[in-house]
Amino acid sequence: MTDSAITLRKSSKWGDMWASICANKAALTSLIFILALVLTAVVIAISQALGFQILPYDPNVGDMDKAFIAPCAEHWFGTDQLGRDIFSRVLDGTKISLSVGVAAVSIALISGTLLGAIGGFFGGRLDNLIMRAMDVILSVPSILLAITFMAAMGRGLDKAVLAIGLVSIPEYARIARSCVMAVKANDYIQAARVTGDSNLRIILKHIVPNITSPIVVRATLGISSAVLDTAALGFLGLGVQPPFAEWGDMLARSRSFIFSAPYTLIFPGLAITITVLAFNLFGDGLRDALDPRSRRR
Amino acid sequence: MLLYFIKRLLMLIPVLFFVSVLVFLIMRVFSPDPATIVLGQHTTLEKAAAWREAMGLNEPIVVQYLDYMYNVLHGDFGVSYFTNTPVTTELLSRLPATIELSVIAIIIASVVGVFFGIISAVKKNSIIDNFTMTTALIGVSMPVFWLGMLLIILFSGYLHLVPSGGRIDTLMRPYGGTGFYFYDTLMAGDYEAFFNALQHAALPAVTLAGYSMAIITRMTRSSMLDVLHQDYIRTARAKGLSAKSVIFKHAFRNALLPVITVIGLQFGSLLSGAVLTETVFAWPGIGAYSVQCILRSDFPVIQGVVLIVAFVFVIMNLLVDLLYAALDPRVKYAQESA
Repeated sequence: MTDSAITLRKSSKWGDMWASICANKAALTSLIFILALVLTAVVIAISQALGFQILPYDPNVGDMDKAFIAPCAEHWFGTDQLGRDIFSRVLDGTKISLSVGVAAVSIALISGTLLGAIGGFFGGRLDNLIMRAMDVILSVPSILLAITFMAAMGRGLDKAVLAIGLVSIPEYARIARSCVMAVKANDYIQAARVTGDSNLRIILKHIVPNITSPIVVRATLGISSAVLDTAALGFLGLGVQPPFAEWGDMLARSRSFIFSAPYTLIFPGLAITITVLAFNLFGDGLRDALDPRSRRR
Repeated sequence: MLLYFIKRLLMLIPVLFFVSVLVFLIMRVFSPDPATIVLGQHTTLEKAAAWREAMGLNEPIVVQYLDYMYNVLHGDFGVSYFTNTPVTTELLSRLPATIELSVIAIIIASVVGVFFGIISAVKKNSIIDNFTMTTALIGVSMPVFWLGMLLIILFSGYLHLVPSGGRIDTLMRPYGGTGFYFYDTLMAGDYEAFFNALQHAALPAVTLAGYSMAIITRMTRSSMLDVLHQDYIRTARAKGLSAKSVIFKHAFRNALLPVITVIGLQFGSLLSGAVLTETVFAWPGIGAYSVQCILRSDFPVIQGVVLIVAFVFVIMNLLVDLLYAALDPRVKYAQESA
């Protein structure tokens, strides 16, 4: 009986959430946009892996005779200094931005949640040690710390993922810790302990399900900042190495032609902004859906 | 209050100590051998070994760290691998440019952000509110460097209103002085140069302010809305006070606390935003310089920059906390009541 009661409540929670998101037009539009973006990235990645080009032009191969063509019917977003089609490059860039965003957030989410949960659950010295370590990371502005990592480790996309992921660990650790401490005080945890559940079982069965929503919200918003950070590292020349298309890197390279060919930097920048905006709006919607208290406004 | 201040100041020491360890370890553990970077890949093994010996890199890492920190505490951040000038000199000559830019930016961000935040809250769901909130949302989603480039295209490219880079026209550069051009030019009574510096600073300052402005607007609005729902606001309205008096005397003063926190925290993060903004506008500050150093693996300089920025960041956070105590009589710290 209790089982069915729990399932009923669970399904209604997710149902509520879904209804709330559907009612929020901005969040729903963002979700659809994000799904379209993911689909684009996956289709492009699969087609390239299978060896055929689904994009109108090869994003990495240019034709010097066609350099700096302003946007036209043939090249929707124009061509860059090497005669590469910007539309194809912007689409190809979704692959890198999304995968870096998701990978970096995964690193931060898994290690941060684990550290925070351990600290919050066991408390004492271990907790103190973990949280002071997080304070140290937080006392350096994140993008600067990421740049420092990159400076030491060298350039490259894999290192960018690692750097962005590492610097955002404390955010998740803090959220997880405070949630765990709040959940831990509940009677049902005491009850589980009394019935002889092991710590691991209590964490997995009772605590983790109760701390997912704030972390999911944080992760959604985290992807938006990871996309921004990736672009920033790319812009500084620390991220992806040529010829691959990455939005921040495209912006850096079009800087020299800012007055002669402004269209070369309009579209990659728009791509970053709209993607980040979509994750922000969806994250806000998700928070409102999962936390009814914040819905008032 | 004084006791609390001293205690907080002492608590900074371990944080700064571990930051220095962290940065030191990142630079020494993750990084490849600096000898090949500095001397080039075609150097001989003997030369590389001699260079490492001269740089003290053959000592145990603890000794290296202690040496480094001893020097740092004496104001010596080492010597740049590439220019051979002391890092302290390099940083001090560029620090005024960054501080000047950040201060102008935080003033713009606070004034504009608080102003629009209040209007949005008071005129909730109006056209102004929707417009402001949409702009703020786009503001937090836009890469700083892209915003900068768009402003350059518009204001330097099309309208020719302001220059697209640099701090002042070379011929007008004030000699000597503090390195703060606004101060130096005003003190010299050179208003033409002052105006020129102002023109140069306009775009970078607005660019750097953009993100913080958006955050401050959102925070002010939400904090004002919280307060406007309180009973004492209804009471104030009911007893017939003017709308202006209710908004500024009763609501805003109470909504100010979280806004101040955000402004303080934003000032800290401006220093890292400066890395990107300075690069876009060729602003000769610490940010643009540290990017150059990173691209050529000039580790001593990077280490110095991160330490200084972390120091400023931590101090800013402390100041925000103290301001909290000063502004809100309800905030009492344990030490005082004890």
